[in-house]
Amino acid sequence: MMNRRSIQRVVAGVAAAGLTLGALAACGGESADTASPGTGETGEGTETAAAEEVTITWWHNATSGPLPAVWEKVAKDFEANNPGVTVEQTGYQNEDLQRTLIPNALASGDGPDLFQVWPGGEIRDQVANGYLMALDDAIPDTIAAVGATVNPWQVDGATYGIPFTFGIEGFWYNKDLFEQAGITTPPSTLAELNDAVTKLKAINVAPIAVGAGEKWPAAHWWYQFALHSCSPETLTTGAADFDFTDPCWVDAGTELVDFIASEPFQDGFLGTPAQTGAGSSAGMLANGQAAMELMGHWNAGVVGGLTPDEEVPEFLGWFPFPAIEGSAGDPNAALGGGDGFGCAADAPKQCADLLAYIMSEEVQKEFAASGSGIPTVAAAQDSLEDQNLKAVAEGLSQASFVQLWLDTEYGTTVGNAMNEGIVNVFADNGTPEDIVKRMQDAAATL
Amino acid sequence: MASLTAPGPADTAGSGAAPIRRIRHRHGGTRTWLEIVVFVPPALILFIGFVIVPVVLAAVYSFFNLPAAFRWDMLGSERFIGVDNYTRAFSTPEFRKAIANTFFILFASLLVQGPLAIGIALLLNRRIRGRGVLRLLIFVPYVLAEVIAGLTWKLLLQPNGGVNAVIEGLGLGFLRQNWLADPSIALYTIFFILTWKYIGFAILLMLAGLQGVPKELAEAASIDGASWWQTQRFVTLPLLAPTIRIWAFLSIIGSLQVFDMVWVTVAPTLRQMSTETMATYMVQQGQFAGQPGYGSAIAVILFVISLVIALAYQRLALRRDLAGSVTRGVR
Repeated sequence: MMNRRSIQRVVAGVAAAGLTLGALAACGGESADTASPGTGETGEGTETAAAEEVTITWWHNATSGPLPAVWEKVAKDFEANNPGVTVEQTGYQNEDLQRTLIPNALASGDGPDLFQVWPGGEIRDQVANGYLMALDDAIPDTIAAVGATVNPWQVDGATYGIPFTFGIEGFWYNKDLFEQAGITTPPSTLAELNDAVTKLKAINVAPIAVGAGEKWPAAHWWYQFALHSCSPETLTTGAADFDFTDPCWVDAGTELVDFIASEPFQDGFLGTPAQTGAGSSAGMLANGQAAMELMGHWNAGVVGGLTPDEEVPEFLGWFPFPAIEGSAGDPNAALGGGDGFGCAADAPKQCADLLAYIMSEEVQKEFAASGSGIPTVAAAQDSLEDQNLKAVAEGLSQASFVQLWLDTEYGTTVGNAMNEGIVNVFADNGTPEDIVKRMQDAAATL
Repeated sequence: MASLTAPGPADTAGSGAAPIRRIRHRHGGTRTWLEIVVFVPPALILFIGFVIVPVVLAAVYSFFNLPAAFRWDMLGSERFIGVDNYTRAFSTPEFRKAIANTFFILFASLLVQGPLAIGIALLLNRRIRGRGVLRLLIFVPYVLAEVIAGLTWKLLLQPNGGVNAVIEGLGLGFLRQNWLADPSIALYTIFFILTWKYIGFAILLMLAGLQGVPKELAEAASIDGASWWQTQRFVTLPLLAPTIRIWAFLSIIGSLQVFDMVWVTVAPTLRQMSTETMATYMVQQGQFAGQPGYGSAIAVILFVISLVIALAYQRLALRRDLAGSVTRGVR
């Protein structure tokens, strides 16, 4: 007869063993291919794909604003037009998706089929690891429709991702506050920008809000100074060979140090978040505490989401980053980036079809009309209704040279080292030379 | 142990003719083996799979220069860089700062939280009105998840948040601070939040320890003319020492691992400036800066530091408390 304690032990032992077995089973439980042979094929069977039961998992970064509804509709319509195909689409917060979810899912070999693909260093790593499907043979027309914008998503001549939106960075500003401060035209040179800062201080608003609590919004300032200090050739060699020996890279930091010294930013900017909450830099612009913010093409939606009525405010305007007088930089160069999708190497072939549908003129027009961003298919750009997006699209079309966000271009390792160096300068804790040295040191570890 | 008189079926089957089973577990053959075979493997597999293997793997990775998109077959000779990751770690000012910050939290916890907890426990151990409620209130923060506590404080400590509003309301406007965004005070703010969160646990431990101090000794002391202070100093505290030593051990371990509170409360830039701990630096470099090899080296350094401190502390301070349980095996 077992006494109580030994019964407890046996129960605990069985539970522990069950737990272990469960864990092991979960590890080894690679389920069989979800695509089962079609059972109900009828008619001529011209389209065998139609009868196949396929599930496409789709991860994107649309979590707020009008975009989630657009993607939901795309998934439903695609399912309706392709019987047997189920599309499971999920939106995740952008940084979680980029830094944690997708890398981990790909490394585990159990990733989504269609997912956000970031150009530059990241797509190069993913292609080197064989994670992505080359799309050139599957959907050539779709790729052609996007034109040169697809270049950052190409590796060694093959296309591994297609951008559905692309835009450039510039100043989002409060027209009312500019008027109050007596600024009649948006600044087109750095001297005019400094002048505007002085005038805005006089009416007691923060001239420029920067979300330097997160590193990238601060880092973008240095990117802009580098873009307008270095010639396009220098920028291209920098990206290709990680060659940062040209003195213009240090000049960019020196210009940034001088600019920060004029105190254009809000108080306590080192702790300010960029895009979330009323206290963020976008929030300060939304509620009139700050007059300008340097931010990407998506910012109108973010600012709109932070106003009391959740509408994009009337006073919001946009102008491109001003030129720097007497520098080697191209005054019409712009810094930008976009969002694109790619298919996993082992995704069902319908994944490319879904991507082609997302990039179709019809969906691109819906995307543009929803105000989510600037579409990449030229024919869809007429559907832009939002004045600010139209301004950004015009800035993009006038740019003589478009440089991808530098941290994206250089990849995680160099990009992160660069951003760390830049925020040190913002905190008065590092030098312009230190930024370049960090980039070179990080590149040496690759 | 099973009772001595009732014969168990497994027993009779196992030791067969053995008539007296008082010392069964010493030479009880089959049953003992059965117990070992059934009960040890699950725990062993879990421990090896989730503790030993990751530690060894981290040690292996730390000798390689690995990219963000890491694959197993990269553990080849061309990526082997010896101890470079370690020399790099110790020559990086940020990491040295992270070590210093971690040890600041460790020593400040011992020096501030310890005396505070003992003092409050001594007060709560007396008969006072509302003692139960007070004990409950003090323990509440410990029950909260660290992320929730961190986010709550993050909101309260914003420039226009609740804390500054209270300070203003008290007419102490000059004390207003940007608590989490000023590099010179952010680490102290973090330490304050950690103290608020974990002091309740320390007090609870001390109260439990105080229950074990015989009242007779305090009575005897007071008959001998000792004041309340003298009684605490010469009677209660020495008897509370084992509890204090155990609490200090838990506090040291917790301090070496501080991660969540810093990660959720402080903006990334500020973290880099002033509040990086060893654990946050490890995650930042290994995961977000795309350098798993370097991050693994940091993990190994953190592991070695924790191991050395834990073993040394067990040997030196906990020796008497643990005698017969951990240090000498089972009996």
